[in-house]
Amino acid sequence: MSQSKSASLLDARILIPALSGALRKLDPRSLAKNPVMFVVAVVAALTTVLLVKDLATGSSSLGFSFQIVLWLWFTVLFANFAEAVAEGRGKAQADSLRRTRTETQAKLLPTGSGSDFKTVPGTSLKVGDVVLVEAGDIIPSDGEVIEGVASVNEAAITGESAPVIRESGGDRSAVTGGTQVLSDVIRVRITAAAGSTFIDRMISLVEGAERQKTPNEIALNILLAGMTLIFTFAVVTIPSFASYAGGSISVVVLVALFVTLIPTTIGALLSAIGIAGMDRLVRFNVLAMSGRAVEAAGDVDTLLLDKTGTITLGNRQATEFRHIRGVEAAELADAAQLASLADETPEGRSIVVLAKEKYGIRARDMASLNASFVPFTAQSRMSGVDFGGSSIRKGAVGSVLKHVGQAGSQEERDTQAIADEIAKAGGTPLAVAKDGRLLGVIYLKDIVKGGIRERFAELRKMGIRTVMITGDNPMTAAAIAAEAGVDDFLAQATPENKLSLIRDEQAKGKLVAMCGDGTNDAPALAQADVGVAMNTGTVAAREAGNMVDLDSDPTKLIEIVEIGKQLLMTRGALTTFSIANDVAKYFAIIPAMFLAFYPQLGALNIMGLATPESAILSAIIFNALIIVALIPLSLRGVKYRAVGAGALLSRNLLIYGLGGIIVPFVGIKAIDMAITALGLA
Amino acid sequence: MTLNGWIQILVYCGIIILLAKPLGGYMTRVFSGERTFLSLVFRPVERGLYRLAGTSDREEQHWTAYTAALLFFSLAGVAVLYLLQRFQGALPFNPAEMPSVTPDLAFNTAVSFVTNTNWQAYGGESSLSYLTQMAGLTVQNFVSAASGIAIAVALIRAFSRKSMQTLGNFWVDLTRAILYILLPICVIGTLVLVWQGVPQNLNSYTTATTLEGAQQVIAQGPVASQMMIKHLGTNGGGFFNVNAAHPFENPTALTNLIHMVAIFAIGAALTNVFGRMVGNERQGWAILAAMGVLFIAGVAVCYWAEAAGNPIVHALGLDGGNMEGKEVRFGVAVSALFAVITTAASCGAVIAMHDSFTALGSMIPMINMMLGEIVIGGVGAGLYGMLLFVVVSIFVAGLMVGRTPEYVGKKIEAKEVKMAMLALLILPLAMLGFTAVAVVLETGVASMANPGPRGFSEVLYAYVSAAANNGSALGGLSANTPWYNITLGLAMLIGRFAMIVPVMAMAGSLVAKKAVPASSGTFPTTGPLFVGLLVGVVLIFGGLEFFPALAVGPIVEHLATIAGQTF
Repeated sequence: MSQSKSASLLDARILIPALSGALRKLDPRSLAKNPVMFVVAVVAALTTVLLVKDLATGSSSLGFSFQIVLWLWFTVLFANFAEAVAEGRGKAQADSLRRTRTETQAKLLPTGSGSDFKTVPGTSLKVGDVVLVEAGDIIPSDGEVIEGVASVNEAAITGESAPVIRESGGDRSAVTGGTQVLSDVIRVRITAAAGSTFIDRMISLVEGAERQKTPNEIALNILLAGMTLIFTFAVVTIPSFASYAGGSISVVVLVALFVTLIPTTIGALLSAIGIAGMDRLVRFNVLAMSGRAVEAAGDVDTLLLDKTGTITLGNRQATEFRHIRGVEAAELADAAQLASLADETPEGRSIVVLAKEKYGIRARDMASLNASFVPFTAQSRMSGVDFGGSSIRKGAVGSVLKHVGQAGSQEERDTQAIADEIAKAGGTPLAVAKDGRLLGVIYLKDIVKGGIRERFAELRKMGIRTVMITGDNPMTAAAIAAEAGVDDFLAQATPENKLSLIRDEQAKGKLVAMCGDGTNDAPALAQADVGVAMNTGTVAAREAGNMVDLDSDPTKLIEIVEIGKQLLMTRGALTTFSIANDVAKYFAIIPAMFLAFYPQLGALNIMGLATPESAILSAIIFNALIIVALIPLSLRGVKYRAVGAGALLSRNLLIYGLGGIIVPFVGIKAIDMAITALGLA
Repeated sequence: MTLNGWIQILVYCGIIILLAKPLGGYMTRVFSGERTFLSLVFRPVERGLYRLAGTSDREEQHWTAYTAALLFFSLAGVAVLYLLQRFQGALPFNPAEMPSVTPDLAFNTAVSFVTNTNWQAYGGESSLSYLTQMAGLTVQNFVSAASGIAIAVALIRAFSRKSMQTLGNFWVDLTRAILYILLPICVIGTLVLVWQGVPQNLNSYTTATTLEGAQQVIAQGPVASQMMIKHLGTNGGGFFNVNAAHPFENPTALTNLIHMVAIFAIGAALTNVFGRMVGNERQGWAILAAMGVLFIAGVAVCYWAEAAGNPIVHALGLDGGNMEGKEVRFGVAVSALFAVITTAASCGAVIAMHDSFTALGSMIPMINMMLGEIVIGGVGAGLYGMLLFVVVSIFVAGLMVGRTPEYVGKKIEAKEVKMAMLALLILPLAMLGFTAVAVVLETGVASMANPGPRGFSEVLYAYVSAAANNGSALGGLSANTPWYNITLGLAMLIGRFAMIVPVMAMAGSLVAKKAVPASSGTFPTTGPLFVGLLVGVVLIFGGLEFFPALAVGPIVEHLATIAGQTF
């Protein structure tokens, strides 16, 4: 679903427009959003003015100054480029979305009912209008089905071509503007005005047009601005130190030192990291309504997961036939199979399959047996079959026992004992009786999804607690919870106790994530710190959540958490790298700077850089090129591994902290050798 | 370096570590308002004082009220001390008949003692009366130290309390710090010092005839009572001009050890108080460990540099370590140790002349102060300074575990980062800014005793010492001039109060937060990994910006000395 859509990092269709984007972003208004790069641009402009002045007066070392100024501008451009590339990836997706948003004609029902419609442009619809949508029509705007059922192609937003069912009432009533009805007729009440539909919001989100700085990003920006100020003090005091020593230092050199010391690497890549984080979610077919939600996802402490569909496969399956004493196993299997032949429910089918697998009982033709099927009703709570004078019934244990009516018999006690045992193990017992005689019990089991136990173990390592939400009774819930390896469960869940569970967790200082689709989930979705609404869900649920999963796959919550963590980690790693870089830059520039009047400081030139000019130039070139070199990492993100925080930290500290100290020593030396060989300095 | 030297250093470290836990436990009880064995004596005194001040220990303050109380109290302290000096000529207890102090010097000295700096532009025995020393300086030695402790305790409460608004009561914390902690230790310590031969009298100076028949005036006075608090409260202002190198201040090996232990005792114990109050003593040990790593590294370099001596002197045929400006009684190892202790903590007392240290030997004290004296540090100030670095470390590196950073359960967000950065900005601004101005002004340069990089270091050291509220000096600089008295006074004020306000604002924001329970996804802040990280952040954030200044000061001087060059 996701990987197929992900564009390569070095896609020419993105890179080429990004080049012009980088130039466009030189606009001071756009630069001002990023304090570090704004400062670089200001000093670059300042040195450019000085360079022009020197050109006019004809000073020495013009070539050197020219190169420094050039690389200062490159530093700014590289930062703009990084942001443009990140945005470009989102834009490509937005363009494909925009194509679906063609002008549609809506069949407005002025009275809200009947079938007399008036054709109006889709954009003129108001919230509350009711429209008729027939097979082949494009749904004009977001809305809720108030009458009818239809199959809808939602490929435009999900990329999934298999049609989905949308029907009035229940939890699948929301329809999205721009999707196409394939069959049947529905009446839709419009819930979004033109320009604020789901697709519109998607477009602006993936384009980054609505991008607000997230809380953590703001905090990081403050830190970077603070560091910039500290290094300003460090640099502006140097001329006075130099003058005390009887020397002077040119402004260009001071600017070079300043720009290499302030955290330009992370400053340049910060917004690209944020945009790329949102983009990763979009590629995963999850829409985050705000960057805040993505960050919150990384902080989640407790995950609430619905049992059905997330932890277990949707349906219960027969796994065993348990006969009572005095009954042959094959006899029970045979009766169970006969009773289920006409039962089209997944449970019924699984009984037929089990009988075939275990006892080799092949399917029989109901018609040739002259059998008649007795369907399940809410009153009887049984189903079965009547043929040739005999009758077989299977169903809820209590109902079957009542049907047989042998209160107090050994058979009844045996059956009840088996049923209790099954219930205690988390299964659902179905009793089987033939011609008023109890045969045994079918063990229906919730099948826990393969690999889910390992996922929960991973989550535990991340420090995330999983809570299973189920409508089952506590005994059944406990058994499934133990089998799936969740940390806790909420049985007989109601919207109210779900909401209070979330509030309790939050009161303990924890962040809670959950997903849901029904209208009754809406309060809990709104209360949760990360609420992922299923795209198939109701409008209310989609409005309440702060993320929408277009694939409607509740297991994705786990990946969403990982993406959130990845975003924060990437920021931290590049910040650490950027700061650690400063050590080497000092060793390049300080000796070069003071060499004229304190030749002793040449001893600090531990990299053995060729000349003072080449040393300063190498540092500033390294500083600019490292931005470009780290663009792929900032877009891809630092890989998250589900190991404990301690292990993760030591690994990242080693790579980005220690690496950040060592890499520039090597890089600056290499650049120095190159520019010396080229005769640039 | 000798084995003997290292054994002395390690024994000292051992004593500090052993003291941290019991003293920390006691202080935790004191600041939590629990009963201690001294409650019987001091509880009524306390109550009386609160009634007098119109407050109560049940009345808690919001961070703004707490800070305002501290600022008001300090301002009043400056005013009283200034007036005492200006009128000491007319006031009693002045047997040596000292004249009143000039306005700029009085300002400098008043600020110096209120900010717990104890920069001494004056010579104690030659300019201040006994009244000024006792009622002015010694009082400030107690209350400025207690104020520092109060701020640290308020910040600790900010981390340990959950979803609250108040941080405690400044007046109560101040009173308790003095009554239960500083006073009892000082009383016992002073008696020991007197037993060891430190004078404690109100006599006028003795005139003696030496063996050569010359006349010598022997200064004395209430020395012992000032000695204990000077170290325990990391004040550092000596009774005599040569400070603890004077045999009356520091007569024996035992008094020297007492001095050194007193300097670190409370600062080290406060890390334990932090650990206890946030509910995990290991949090405190981790902070102490980071301080310890920086301390041992500093001692090693300083001791090595002093023991290696001066190659230019060696070339003249004089072997051995650098003994210039050191007491023969103390020797190289203890002098180096004391120099690192006094600048690691914000004490500033000295037993050797730092100006006579080798280039690298004098760079270590400078670096200690530039980092903000967070290696144990001034009482209270060291802990809150270190916690600023903890906040920054956690913020940067904590992101690398994929969560919004949190420390002892408190999320570190924009507000905390903003205040921590503001507080960290203050020191480089004051230290580098004033130095940059002074070294290009004629009046600034005229006070230097040496030309070249050494002269530069003297000025740099002065502003670094003032802004860090240390008070020690590279003595070559004649700092008792209006320019230095006023600018150093300003540096002291900025270094103390411009830092305290953002620290308290951060505390105000932290105390209101919920506590996030720790999980396996939480950044572990008790292990060696965190200690290493914290040390790295302290050096990079706190130290890198001073690299250019150090390069043109001690580093170039050191390189020149190796090459046999002098300035």
